[in-house]
Parts: sequence; structure tokens; C-alpha cells
Amino acid sequence: MPRKAVSFVLPRLGMPQIVALIIIFAINSFLSPHFLELRVQDGRLFGSLVDVFNRGAPVALLALGMAPIIAMRGIDLSVGAVMAIAGAIAASLADSHALGFVLVCALGAGLMCGLWNGVLVALLGMQPIVATLILMVAGRGVAQLITEGRIVTFANTDLAWLGSGSLLGLPTPIVLTLAMLVLTLLVVRGSALGLLIEATGGNSRASALAGVGTRVITIAVYAWCGLCAALAGIVAAADIMGADANNAGLWLELDAILAVVIGGTSLLGGRFSLVLAVLGALIIQAMNTGILLSGFPPEMNLIVKAIVVLAVLLAQSPRLAGLGLLLRRRRP
Amino acid sequence: MNRFMPVLATTVVFGVGFAICSLIYPNFASPRVVMNLLTDNAFLGIVAVGMTFVIISGGIDLSVGSVIGFTTVFLALAIERAGMPPLTAFVVVLLLCALFGALMGAAIQYFELPAFIVTLAGMFLARGASFLLSTESIPITAPFYGELAEHALLLPGGFRLTVPAMIMLAVVALCAVLLHFTRFGANVYALGGSRSAAALMGIEVGRTTVLIYTLSSVLAGISGIVFSLYTSSGYSLSAVGVELDAIGAAVIGGTLLSGGHGFIFGTFIGVLIQGLIQTYISFDGMLSSWWAKIATGLLLFCFIALQQLMLLVARRRRPRASGAGAR
Amino acid sequence: MTPPETVPLLALRGFSKSFAGVNALDGVDFTLQSGEIHALLGENGAGKSTLIKTMTGVVARDAGTMQLDGVEIAPRSTGEATKAGIATVYQEVNLAPNLSVAQNLFLGRQPTRFGLVRESEMRRRARTLLAEFDLDIDVAVPLESYSVAIQHIVAIARAVDLSARVLILDEPTASLDAHEVTILFAVMRQLAARGIGIVFVTHFLDQVYAICDRITVLRNGRLAASAATAELPRMELVRMMLGRELREATAARPVSAPRESEPVAVFRGFGKAGYVEPFDLALRAGHVVGLAGLLGSGRTETARLVFGAERADSGSVTARGQQVTLHSPRQAMRLGFGYCPEERKTEGIVAELTVRENIVLALQARRGVLRPLSRREQDEIAGRLIRLLDIRPPDPERPIGLLSGGNQQKALLARWLATKPAILILDEPTRGIDVGAHAEIIQLIRALCAEGMALLVASSELEEIVTYADEIVVLRDRAHVARLEGEAVSVPTILAVIAAEAAKAV
Repeated sequence: MPRKAVSFVLPRLGMPQIVALIIIFAINSFLSPHFLELRVQDGRLFGSLVDVFNRGAPVALLALGMAPIIAMRGIDLSVGAVMAIAGAIAASLADSHALGFVLVCALGAGLMCGLWNGVLVALLGMQPIVATLILMVAGRGVAQLITEGRIVTFANTDLAWLGSGSLLGLPTPIVLTLAMLVLTLLVVRGSALGLLIEATGGNSRASALAGVGTRVITIAVYAWCGLCAALAGIVAAADIMGADANNAGLWLELDAILAVVIGGTSLLGGRFSLVLAVLGALIIQAMNTGILLSGFPPEMNLIVKAIVVLAVLLAQSPRLAGLGLLLRRRRP
Repeated sequence: MNRFMPVLATTVVFGVGFAICSLIYPNFASPRVVMNLLTDNAFLGIVAVGMTFVIISGGIDLSVGSVIGFTTVFLALAIERAGMPPLTAFVVVLLLCALFGALMGAAIQYFELPAFIVTLAGMFLARGASFLLSTESIPITAPFYGELAEHALLLPGGFRLTVPAMIMLAVVALCAVLLHFTRFGANVYALGGSRSAAALMGIEVGRTTVLIYTLSSVLAGISGIVFSLYTSSGYSLSAVGVELDAIGAAVIGGTLLSGGHGFIFGTFIGVLIQGLIQTYISFDGMLSSWWAKIATGLLLFCFIALQQLMLLVARRRRPRASGAGAR
Repeated sequence: MTPPETVPLLALRGFSKSFAGVNALDGVDFTLQSGEIHALLGENGAGKSTLIKTMTGVVARDAGTMQLDGVEIAPRSTGEATKAGIATVYQEVNLAPNLSVAQNLFLGRQPTRFGLVRESEMRRRARTLLAEFDLDIDVAVPLESYSVAIQHIVAIARAVDLSARVLILDEPTASLDAHEVTILFAVMRQLAARGIGIVFVTHFLDQVYAICDRITVLRNGRLAASAATAELPRMELVRMMLGRELREATAARPVSAPRESEPVAVFRGFGKAGYVEPFDLALRAGHVVGLAGLLGSGRTETARLVFGAERADSGSVTARGQQVTLHSPRQAMRLGFGYCPEERKTEGIVAELTVRENIVLALQARRGVLRPLSRREQDEIAGRLIRLLDIRPPDPERPIGLLSGGNQQKALLARWLATKPAILILDEPTRGIDVGAHAEIIQLIRALCAEGMALLVASSELEEIVTYADEIVVLRDRAHVARLEGEAVSVPTILAVIAAEAAKAV
């Protein structure tokens, strides 16, 4: 049993991502000598490094849901909108209901959104990009409907604790993300889901002929993604003690996709790693921080991200891969 | 007549919607409202036309909103800060857009990357570039801009055709001709029908792909010019999310997201439907703007479901559909 | 016919091509006369498609010369081949289905004025062009609204109009009904009369004898025969396609006592319109049923129907004495069926997953998501089967895509053996694998049978199949035409049944 647990968590091919993260951290600490400094205050860890993990939490949560979907050759464009919906629900219920009820409602809404996407993809046979586009467009409207277009603020300190409090000396979002990572690992790798997802993503026809029931798995994967997105939305809302339906989770679907791709999952499906997807989210956040520290305008962020996307994609490009194979074959 | 069905449905939806609005609000069916519908949605119409080309060819272009934003900022800076004559600035910015689109098309074609991720990177790049230029909203005060914004053609019946509306109608007409009546247009459809077959039929797939994305970016640039005319300013955050509205307009207009089918006219009507929803909401006064998004989402769902249904029916019927016809 | 003294329209000499060291084409000669309809025959892997691809420049040949009208040509792409006058029409029509018939005919060369396509002129020309093929259809509607037969004729018309002198038709009749085939044949005869040379790839022998002047047979990448149709009797033709040498291969056949065991599964009137005609089939424990027939005769189709990979629209299935539904591989698997498809790469292996994961896939799918096999169980199952089947290298953690074809095939067998199936369906289990693995797989089939498994094996290797099958179902034109048992299971009998004239001549 302990052996199995180890094989769970150890990334298969994590070196490039780990090296990239270390290099970015090194650059950051070069730019700001205090970057790696940690201090404990009021029983809680503080420091730029902690901030990177803390701010990266929402994207990391989204990436946890997105990775299995991409592994099945799907995509979920609606996670940003689902974040907005969940945040809006949590914020509007926070001051009138118990925390448990608030969380159940917000997470339940996320689950429903995910189920809706899954049903469109698995049962109606829509292309994932099309199916989730619908919710991406309409979802933000639904979120605004819930907040009635205002920025809803709340004073419920229990909910706020989820975004800005601390647990075991760490900011709550970090603890939540870690917990969600472990939970997702348990669900995906502890069950047969991981194997069946990777088989379907790798060769859907062969998997169907081997008796893999792809429909149920597809729906489950999208539902899980909805759940993750809802949690990310709650954390984001709790952090600012309010919900802004217009801007909550805006563009984050793109960051999530980017995190998964940086984490080594091919957009063409197949193998995926949850740990590396989270690492991908951290890399993105560390880059953001680095740009801030370097004194460049924060607007550079988008350009750097674009270049990273292109670099990672080119590395994955079938054409370049074919070239690599050719070179390798020539050699012996 | 199957392939005209979606466009027909869209047109009927628009007609019925307009009729309902006119019944509820007596002064809805006025020249002013109709002309505002065109002017207010001119930038969306132009960019949606470009999107239609891309989608019919089997691709997608997520960068157009950012390109619009970049264009407005670039124009504001070039005209206000660098003192460039507006027309020169127009030409320069359109050349930049063309280069940008060509590069994206080339990346998609020659590195065999999915279009949506390449144009996603393009979206980041263009938005980032406009942020770098300026993060503030810069008013454009050049007299030429004021004149253009004020200028309008007075048509009989009290219709005031503004410059943005004129540009949009011209783009729609020209691109409809380009798509439906030229060899290039046929190649766009062929690419969406089957990329490999198109290549086997001797079409230069690479060149066509590059041209399609170039066209889309240039139209986004024109749309940006219109947007800056409309707002008399340049702002790096302008037109955020317009790519979704453009995709929505194309789909509601009957363009199949899987490629190969669609009409410029349908997209035009799709834009008008989105405009109609906005206008209705502003007339109502009680309703809030988010209903527009929900309504658009619902429409999207209905039309995509309709497409899916038609595909299914076509697939069922095809094997023995029309074996007759040979003498 | 054109006298043989004249320069042939197309002459290939010594065409060779190898992929990764395997000879796909080995010194093949091919001669096509003007106005000739020339059948190109052979089983899968015989080299037909490689010959066509090298001829049309899709792949580069390793050796050989090609002359069109006595002039040396060497096209490096289909575009160049078309320009030279060699056009190909594939089974999957390579046109744009969403464009109008007229656009398809003239794509890239539409008549224009001031850059605009002259739509009415183009339609007029399209109608004129199609009229030559006795086709009177609305050329303004999308191609996809017409039947496959008409799409084929449109593709042929486009090719011919692009000044084709040699027309290669790659299995054009595979998806056509009898009436549509007659239409297509009329077009072919007319083109031949105009002096166009036609290479006709098909696997329907009746059609070969109905329309072809000459036949060339390929086998294992070599020229097996080339003769005028009249000089090549059916029996001889089938023997050349399927048989190695017609020796008494039956000697190797072990005499298995016919056990009258209760059938594990019985199919009655099972079939699907346009796919396989309804058939009866009983699968018994310890009994091997072989499916024999030419390519496209319905071997693979029968296997897929029996596994539920294709949904039957008639008939019933009884498994273990109970009436059951069989609509999906999942249902078949729950009933204890297993299936190794012919297309190993696209339908069998999941290339990037490891050997272990590939082996446990079917078992895991049957257990469901919530009852995962622990890593220890997986290791145990994979390790046991790797040892049992001697999969090399014996490394369960190697991606299966890196294994040789034979070892991939063994791993797929292992995948199903892990589920302890009652019935195992194998489609071409020995195709494309090396000789050693060949023998091992045949041994394995025998061993499984001896353990009491029911097997259904589709194969084009007649010498092989007669050595292990207790019963052979012979297929022709997508129908089960004969059932051979006991002494009748022999290569000559099978060949005779396949070569027999079909009842309904085209």
C-alpha cells in the first residue's frame, strides 16, 4: 500500500517542469533578494514564495479539472463562467445562510454546469469546444443574474477564511488546493478512471472495442471539472469577500488550459499528470510574480504567456516530433 | 434546400423578433432604431464576417477581439502622439494586422497546430502588445475623426447611414462576393469540407489557410478602425470578448462550427439578432444587460442543437438518399 | 484490343518499395494498354495500394521505371501524376462533399470573368461534362446530397476532364449496390472505348470477369500472374490470390474428434442490411470456426457483428441458453466475448500506454471504474501473461507502440485472455507479424481450443486456417455461402467454393 501511494504522486516525466519552476524561482530571487525569504507571523507563513502558491491556487484548481478533460481530447471553455456562477452564489448566500449550505449550493451549481457540458459532449455528440462555448457565453449572464449586476459583498468571516485565512500555518487556498489535488488523485488514480481516460484519449476506437464505456467517463470528467471550477470560484470570491460576475474567472480558462499543456498533457489526448498540471499553474503564477518583481509593466504578462504557449506547442508539434523521430532513426 | 434552412430560420427569428419588439414599443420600428442597429453593431459585423471565413474553412480565430483593441490603441497613439495622418495610420495598422494574421495562419499550417490554441496565443500577444502601448484610454481629437463620426448619408425616409454602418455594409457585400463567387471562396469551403481531399484536388491548402487568417485579422483591423471612430478613442481593454460575440453571430447565422457550411448573409443576420436583443433590453429599461448574454447563450444552444439534429438526419438518410438521377 | 506490338499506354518495370526493411513491392512489372480495363487483384498486404501509391507519386519508389506512351515519367506527387495524365479515384471519394457538383468538377479551374466565377457557365459545362456519362443531375446542389455511386462518377468525370489517360479506380464498387455497379460499369466501358486505360482494383471476382480485359495478381509484394481474363479461370485466379502452393496442406491437420458439446453462443438469421447477409452460426467450447473468403467478402464484417462492434438489424443471439441482446462491445464482453481486430494499430493497441496497461484494459473495463485492479494485481496479470505468451521484451512498463507487430498482437491476445473469455474472435491474427510469432500464435490458438475456449478466426491464410479450424465458413460477396466440416476442411475445397460462380451475376 505505501508503495502504491508513492507511485501515485511521483510525476512520470516531471523534470522539465520542475527545472523550469526552479529557474523561474532563481530569476525571481535574483530580481528580488527577498523572494525566497519566509517568515512566520501570528502562526502563519508569509513571503513571496507563499504568495506564488496562494495566488496560483484558483488556476491550479481549474487545471485539476481540466487535465483529465484534455487527456480525453476535450476542452472546457466554460470554467471561468462557472467560477463566476459559483462565486456569485456563494457571495449572495453567505450572509444569510450557514457556511455548509452555502458551499453545497455553490459546489452543486458547479457540478450541474459540468454535467450539462458532459451531457452535450457525450450524449449529443457536440464538439467539446462548441458545447462548452454555450456555457461560456451564457454562464456569465447567469452569474450576473444572480448578483443582479452588482458586485455582491459579504461579511461572513467563515467564508472569507476560505480565501484569506490560514490553516496549519499555510494560507487556506494552498491547503484547499493540496487537498483537492490529493482528492482528485484518489478519485482518478485510486479508481480505474485514470487508466480508462488515458486509454480513451490515446485511442478511442481501440478503447471502445475493449469495452470501455466512454460516455459515462466523459460525463464524469466534465462534472468533476465543474466541481473544481466551482471551488476555484468560491476561493476567488472568498479572497475578495465579494463576487464580481463580470470579472471573476475572466480569462482563467485560458490559464488553466495553459497550465495543463505546460504540465505535459498533449492537446491530442492521452497521458496526463495532475501533479504536473498543478506545477504548470505554479509556473504561470511564478512568471507573473517575476514580471512584477522585474519592474516590467504587468502587461508584459500576456506576451510572456503567449510566447510560453507557442514554445510548449512547438515542442509538442507533430511536425517537429516527426523531425525528431527522423533524426533519432538516422543515428543508429 | 437543406443548406439554406439555418439561414432561413435565422432570418425568420430576426423578423419575428423585430415584429414583436415593434408591437411592444410603438416607436421601435423607426428609421433611427434601424440605423442605430447598424451603426452600433458595425464593428461586430465586420469582425464576424472574417470569423465566418475562418469557421467555414474549419478553423477558429480567438484573437480578433484583441486585434481590435490593439488597433484602437495604435491608432490613438499614432494619430495623437506621433501626429500621423489618420489615413496613413489606417494603412499602417492594417498592414500590421495582415502580417499578424499571416503569421498565425502559417503557424497553424506549417506546424500542424490546432487553430484555437495558436489564435489563443495570438490573443495574448495582441492584447499584451496593446497594454504595452498604453493602459489608458486615449481620446482621439483629430478633426478628421470628428468629421468622419459626424458624417452620414441621408437616405429618403429619414434613414441616416453613418460611416461605420457604410463600412460594415460594404464589407458584408464585398466579402459575400469573395466567399460565394470567387475561386478563393470555393477553396475556403473545400478546406472546410475535407482538408485532405482539397489537397488531392490540387488546391494550395497552405496558401489558402494563410490567406484566410490574414483576411480575418485585416477585417479585425478594419473593425478596430470603426470601433475607434465610434468611440473616438483608443483603449487597450476595448472589445474584450468580441471574439465570442463574433463566433456566436456566425453560428446563429447558420455557419457550422465543424466547417464547410455557412453564408455571409446569415452572419449578418446573426449580428442583427444580437443587436436586436441589446436594443430590446435598452428599450425595456427594466431588464439588465446580462439577459443579453443569457439570450445569446440560449440562441447558440438552439442553433447548435438544430445543426446537430440536421447532421444526424443527413447521416441517416444519405446511404440511400438519391440513387436516382442517372438515366 | 490494341495489338501488343504497339507501345503500351503505361509500362512499369521492376517497381520496388520497402518500408522499414519489409518489401512491400518487389520488382513488379505492370503493363496497361490504351482502352484496356485491367484488374489489379491481391489480398491485404499484397502490395496493391503500394503499387498505386508509387505509381501516382504519393510515396517514392526505391527502384523501377515508368513509361507513359513510351516517355519516361517520375511523378513526385498526385498533382504531378494528374498533370502527366494519371488520375486516381479512391473508394472514399476525395472531393469536397459540401461543395456543389459543378464546383467539385471545376474546383481550381472555374471559368471566371473579372475574378468572379461564372456560375451559370460553370453549371452549363458541368451538365455537358456529366451528359457524356449519361448523368443528368442538378449540378448546383452539394455533392453530399447524392449517392456514393454518383459521387464516384463525378470524381471520374473530374479526373477524365483533367485530361487523364490512365484512370485508377481503387475499390470503387465496395459501397455500391448492384444497380449502381451497372451504372459505373457503363461509364468504365465508355471511357475504355475512348482509349483511356483503366486500372480497376476490386475484390469482387464476378465484377472482374464481367468487365476486365486483363488481370494482374499481386501476392506478398510480387507479381503472381498477369494474363488476359479469358485465359485465367476463376479457380486458378483464387488459388493465385490465396494459396501459396497447392500442396496437400491438410497433412498437418490434427484430427480433432468432433465434440458435440452444447454451443456457447448461437446466432440465428444474424445480419445487417448492406453489411453481411443474415447467417446462422454456432460457437462451441473447444471448437474453432474459421471464416474464409477473399478480402471484402464479409470476414471482418462477420467478426464485428458477432462482437457487437457493428449493430445487427436482424436475427437473434442465444448465449449460454438464454436469449440476449448484442448491441455493443460492452455487452459482448459481459457475455464473455473477446475480439482482436484486424487493424491492430488503429483499433487494437493504445500505443502510448504500457504493455501492462494495454493488457489489463479490457478486464478493467469489464470490472468498471469503481473496482480498480490494484497495481499488484495488474503486475501479476501482466507478468503472468507476458510469460505465458512470451511477449518480448518482457518489460510490462514499456509503451506498447515500441513493440514489434507480433508482440503487439500477443499483448492484445493477452488483453482478452485476462478476461478469461468463453469466446474469442480473432481477425487476421497472424497478419503482418514475423514467422516466429506466426507459429506461436497458431500454437496458442490450438492450446486455447484444447482448454475449452470457443474460437472464431477470420483469416486469409488458408493453409494456416485449415490446420486448426474444426469448421470453416466460406464467405463470398458479404454472405456465408458454405459451411465445411471434417474432411471437407481443406484448401482445395475452400478455393473451389470461393471460385464458384455467384448465383446472381452482375
